Amino acid sequence: MLQSSSLSKSFGKLKALDQVSVTMQAGQAVSLIGPNGSGKTTFIKCLLGLVIPDSGALTLHNLPILGTWDYRRHIGYMPQIGRYPDHMRVGQVFDMIREIRGAGQKEFDDDLIKAYEVDKFAHKAMRTLSGGTRQKVSACLAFLFDPEVLVLDEPTAGLDPLASEILKEKVLAEKGKGKLILVTSHILSDLEELTTDVLYLIDGQVQFYQPIAQLKSQTGEEKLNRALASIMRKQAH
Amino acid sequence: MFRIVKYVLYDILQNRMVIGYTLFLLAVSFGLFNLSGEATKGMVSLLNIVLIVTPLVSIIFSTIHFYNATEFIELLAAQPIRRSVLIWSEFLGLAGALTLAVLIGIGIPVMLFAPNATGITLILVAVALSVSFVAIALLASVLTRDKARGIGVALLLWFYFALLYDALVLFLMFSFADYPLEKAMLAFIALNPVDLGRVVVLLQMDISALMGYTGALFREFLGTGWGIAFAALVLSAWALIPILMAVRVFRRKDL
Repeated sequence: MLQSSSLSKSFGKLKALDQVSVTMQAGQAVSLIGPNGSGKTTFIKCLLGLVIPDSGALTLHNLPILGTWDYRRHIGYMPQIGRYPDHMRVGQVFDMIREIRGAGQKEFDDDLIKAYEVDKFAHKAMRTLSGGTRQKVSACLAFLFDPEVLVLDEPTAGLDPLASEILKEKVLAEKGKGKLILVTSHILSDLEELTTDVLYLIDGQVQFYQPIAQLKSQTGEEKLNRALASIMRKQAH
Repeated sequence: MFRIVKYVLYDILQNRMVIGYTLFLLAVSFGLFNLSGEATKGMVSLLNIVLIVTPLVSIIFSTIHFYNATEFIELLAAQPIRRSVLIWSEFLGLAGALTLAVLIGIGIPVMLFAPNATGITLILVAVALSVSFVAIALLASVLTRDKARGIGVALLLWFYFALLYDALVLFLMFSFADYPLEKAMLAFIALNPVDLGRVVVLLQMDISALMGYTGALFREFLGTGWGIAFAALVLSAWALIPILMAVRVFRRKDL
């Protein structure tokens, strides 16, 4: 469904992505893991067309997406740090995105809007919101158009435990519907719950890309964090 | 595209700076016409204000607005929208708002005190300069990532077009005083929208007779229908070329 071939991007001397080639299918939920600065967010931004890769190709449903824009209607994106126009009210942000993107769409997925009781703070200006509340807005917007691909960059960072649980349940429900989900996080227990595969990046290079179950059986560990630790130890030797 | 322009305009109008700018222009225009007593004198004073203030406000306001709209642009760039639509919307919103300010702030007083060809030319020049400097500001903004540096570049560009350029041209004229520079002067004028605007308006007034031999050549060329068309074309190019370059850069920019 989603395929990247030899995707590369450098910022000056820093290689943020180095020949990344992966294929992802509908129904997969992929964890993007790697140390800070390993290229996770750059990969996501390339996928969204926010960053233009230097070379390589990206395809969605076998159609090249680099340089095009219409494919973005299939993607819901929750950024790491949601940045919104300061003076706009929460309700206005929703109205604007709906107006701009929702043309022709009759049904919106407002499960999260209900669960987070967005109506209660819809009149507040975006600049007055706390970081966690902004994340709730970002999450609602990502799911609103019922997209086939969900890209969640550090989704649970900043959310309170209850909001975090609500989001995880929603992700699992969407995964059950056969969507492709990409998640980056540093909270491995969350990833273990949500995802089926691990894509591990270091310095922009793919270290491995495997189903979690296979990873665990290979290393003989039962927990994802232990399995990863064991692989990293092996590589260090 | 117009759905996005609507939100850009909304964003600009939230900021009271454009309203303050309109009121300032209104106050200056009425003040100058009333003080000078005679419409032509008022026009000359107003022309000088217009040539300094409209480029300055347009370039600084557009630059600040663009950097403040970073969040808005990032939010929309991840949606199914063309990049070029985004930057064109910013341009149309800014140019529209500043044109409106000029039409109200300068257009109304000029139409009341000097409703003639000179007055209309002045209004058109003020609009053309506003639009050009919005385009120049956007080009400078997409090329510089840092806000402080971007505003610095905008100020420098204004300084160059409004003040420095004239000094350079004067220096050239004195250095090559022994050569016939009249034709070259026409080219120099076209390379600066502020100067071109000034000459076009002055030629509509009787005082252009004071401009000497070069003035006579300008009158001969720019005073004709073709000359006016040439001036209009060059002023449009000063808006179109920077914005087309800005669109080109922005389409490949990493956000």
